[in-house]
Amino acid sequence: MESTYYNPADLKKFGNIAEWDKNLAAKFFDYYGEVFKEGDLTAREKSLIALAVAHTVQCPYCIDAYTTDSLEKGATEKGMMEAIHVAAAIRGGASLVHGVMMMNKAKKLSM
Amino acid sequence: MIKSLHARHHQLAQQEKQVEFLNNGVFREGKLPRFQQRLQAAGLFPLRPSTLEILQVNIGYMCNQVCKHCHVDAGPDRKEIMTRDTMQQCLDVMETTKIRTLDITGGAPEMNPDFRWFVTEAKGRGVEEIIVRSNLTILLANPKYHDLPKFFREHQVRVCSSLPFYNADKTNRQRGEGVFETSIKALQLLNAEGYGKESSGLVLDLVYNPTGAFLPGDQFQLQRDFKKELREHFAIEFNNLFTITNIPISRFLDFLIESGNYEEYMEKLVTAFNPSAAQGVMCRNTISVDWQGNLYDCDFNQMLGLKTTQTSGQHISTFDLQKLAQREIVVSQHCFACTAGAGSSCQGVTA
Repeated sequence: MESTYYNPADLKKFGNIAEWDKNLAAKFFDYYGEVFKEGDLTAREKSLIALAVAHTVQCPYCIDAYTTDSLEKGATEKGMMEAIHVAAAIRGGASLVHGVMMMNKAKKLSM
Repeated sequence: MIKSLHARHHQLAQQEKQVEFLNNGVFREGKLPRFQQRLQAAGLFPLRPSTLEILQVNIGYMCNQVCKHCHVDAGPDRKEIMTRDTMQQCLDVMETTKIRTLDITGGAPEMNPDFRWFVTEAKGRGVEEIIVRSNLTILLANPKYHDLPKFFREHQVRVCSSLPFYNADKTNRQRGEGVFETSIKALQLLNAEGYGKESSGLVLDLVYNPTGAFLPGDQFQLQRDFKKELREHFAIEFNNLFTITNIPISRFLDFLIESGNYEEYMEKLVTAFNPSAAQGVMCRNTISVDWQGNLYDCDFNQMLGLKTTQTSGQHISTFDLQKLAQREIVVSQHCFACTAGAGSSCQGVTA
């Protein structure tokens, strides 16, 4: 293994995954390109979603890439922070809403 | 207000130091290819002019603002200013060559005491299109400028103004405290004269540039955002939004170095080199003139002191359309900014 798990320079080598499977990589990158094109959602909205998801999956490469991309697409820093709070709210909410499950079980077990 | 590099005696205020810097580092070490090499690979070297359509005249480096990214290093302390004699020579060239557009820039060109004379004469001599690159705040900086929107209208000037963002935060961080608020007022004054309104024939264009070390987004999508936001919040109308990539020279170069972004930014520009954007670069249809009448392939080369080639003539007094048409355009590593992605010019994207 390298001395660190993550190296910023590796982000630029993303395309190298084609080396060991050209066909699947081509399909993936084609799809990826299509996904981020403007549709019913604007390119900026998609970039902000990507930024929020990047924080949820905690991918440093994605955070690096979509911080720049969001700025390029004209997002404000405040807007970018709001996007991350959406991710955080869903994450926190996802834990907490399971509290109902815990309560159901606890209530059933208890006198 | 920050001071110009010039006033701070910063080493990047020296043109030759900037040129040297752009030739060294990652480019000398061979980590990144030089601009000339990229042009060669695209079959575009030497870069040749197309038809000359625009004479871009920089009538002085004095400005009421000190923007952090300014490629001119303009500011209140800059005293370089074009004389009426040199303006006269520019007008003679416009008249004899029938170049379509006179593009007046600075600094804040309105601060040149002969600015109005220049515009009036150009109009009188039948110049087809006159562009003034106005920073907007100058229109409200002093009572003597308050009637400029009216003056622009009367002379059918096309106004082209920088506004890096449609909110105060990003704009003021780049252009100075309060610049956004004053720019909005100035845009409303221009609108009141009919600028930016449909079928008025008075064109008001905005220039967007990124507020940092990143590339501009899609011009069309940004224009749509700007139109929506400026209309909804300030009832402002304008015609076109032009996206410009920040050029790694002067104060923006200083920012890149100081913030540790230089190498990554240059790599980004080089990686995004687009041959079709390169074919449309503005130096192919523009000649830039400095306050002393010297000729350059563009305003950026002007700031680096890179004049047009000697054989093509280097001064407005010896302006020769034929010789200039045969020249090789002078390029260096800063040119990567104009060829990245969808390309960049004073008229926006080039690809």
